Amino acid sequence: MIEALFFYLFAGVMLASGFMVVVSRNPVYSVLFLILAFFNAAGMFVLIGAEFLAMLLVVVYVGAVAVLFLFVVMMLDINFAEMRAGFQKYLPLGLIVGGILVFELVAAMYGDAFSKASLPVASEIPNTTQLGGVLYTKYAFLFQISGLILLVAMIGAISLTMRKRVGVRRQSIAAQNSRRREDVMEIVKMPSDKTKAKDNAAAGSVDDK
Amino acid sequence: MIEFLTQDWILELGWIVAKIMVVIGPLLIAVAYLTLAERRVIGFMQLRKGPNVVGPFGLFQPFADALKLMAKETIMPAGANKVVFMIAPMLTFILSLVAWAVIPFGEDLVIADINVGILYLFAISSLGVYGVIMAGWASNSKYAFLGALRSAAQMVSYEVSMGLVIINVLLCAGSLNLSAIVEAQRGMWFALPLLPMFVVFFISTLAETNRAPFDLPEGESELVAGYFVEYSSMSFALFFLGEYANMILMSSMTVVLFLGGWLPPFDIWPLNIIPGPLWFIIKIMLVLFVFLWVRATTPRYRYDQLMRLGWKIFLPFSLIYVVLTAGFLLVTDRLPAVTLG
Repeated sequence: MIEALFFYLFAGVMLASGFMVVVSRNPVYSVLFLILAFFNAAGMFVLIGAEFLAMLLVVVYVGAVAVLFLFVVMMLDINFAEMRAGFQKYLPLGLIVGGILVFELVAAMYGDAFSKASLPVASEIPNTTQLGGVLYTKYAFLFQISGLILLVAMIGAISLTMRKRVGVRRQSIAAQNSRRREDVMEIVKMPSDKTKAKDNAAAGSVDDK
Repeated sequence: MIEFLTQDWILELGWIVAKIMVVIGPLLIAVAYLTLAERRVIGFMQLRKGPNVVGPFGLFQPFADALKLMAKETIMPAGANKVVFMIAPMLTFILSLVAWAVIPFGEDLVIADINVGILYLFAISSLGVYGVIMAGWASNSKYAFLGALRSAAQMVSYEVSMGLVIINVLLCAGSLNLSAIVEAQRGMWFALPLLPMFVVFFISTLAETNRAPFDLPEGESELVAGYFVEYSSMSFALFFLGEYANMILMSSMTVVLFLGGWLPPFDIWPLNIIPGPLWFIIKIMLVLFVFLWVRATTPRYRYDQLMRLGWKIFLPFSLIYVVLTAGFLLVTDRLPAVTLG
């Protein structure tokens, strides 16, 4: 009973916020609604007992990916009227893509993909352990390959944005640490009154060159 | 419907609410006194007295501050985005409270003993950045926005090394459940074998909570007050409370992961008669004292230094340490036993 209530709550809020992502005038609102949708998806994962996936969804998508989204969207200088103008132009394409997805969903629902039998069986072993058990043994190569793909994407992004700029002053920690006192400082003895020289030596004052 | 309402889940719900109140009530008082402790401790470290006039030893100062904040006018900046502007402080405050659901105060003294407790904590602490970004953006002020940008970049950077440090602990404990992590430290606290990671984690928590020496998001000298410049009255108080509650939360996370949670340092007579929750609180206070101590003694980092420390030092170091820990545990056959399905 309670579970069903929560399911409809999460599902309802998720659908509503998904809809708002598309129709919001302000892109920052869109991202915020997207985050709300992620949260409700995590809630649904908890309901089917997949707590590890739920937490992963929050950590990875809400905690990292959506932060970057929000970052970019807030920094953009957006003309809202211009954005609205594109809406009608892309409407047919959007409808086609949406229609295909709806068709696939309905087809899957009449198939066996969403039956209760396809749900994982609840067991005493936490699903973190279960996932780890298959991920690092049975699917070890696939896991490694997905890691490599991410690495390639990362290197690609870095090489696209990395460029040599002239006139940028950079701090070189190694150069700083390898500076020796003898190279950069010189203690100059100034001829002066005897007592004054003694005072200077006692205070240890040195001239920075 | 009547049947549905009279079921004993209402009793259960009442019990949960009571447990939440038992945690939240003392927490808010602790937050109030942490602000006082901060001013007093830093005062003594700088050879001043700190607030000592309101009540004995200044003990009523937090209440005076709270009353003052409540009596002030809430100001809404003209160009602000009103909805997001009001949600941001609430979000910060709520996030700093919900994380306490999984913190074990003693054996079986936890509101929700979930399997993925540490991931839950990590997830909630990574959400803290939203309150900051939303506040900075909705204020429609350049100081607030700059503060928010700094904070977002900083928190995202230090989360990465924090995650790797947590993996080290998980390798030793063999569970994501916080109670199990504490139980795994019965022989030896993880702070000893993982000492370098303990230091990395503590410094990362300083960055994560925007505390000195990483308090650039608030940098008074250049950004007035950072992301919450435009806030006043209770909306400001919520940010303030959230920040200090987060400090206590991060300290308790440090205690659970590295300092043996509710366990006494040695299981010998005079130490093990002190109840577990009391040990837990004592350890949290010690970590918090170091938080204040660091603030009183270190100058603020420059922004590029902060990023260099996070990405070029902590990240590779903790990554190498994960490999080292895993290798050591594997070679000496000390990997915690896990039953697969």
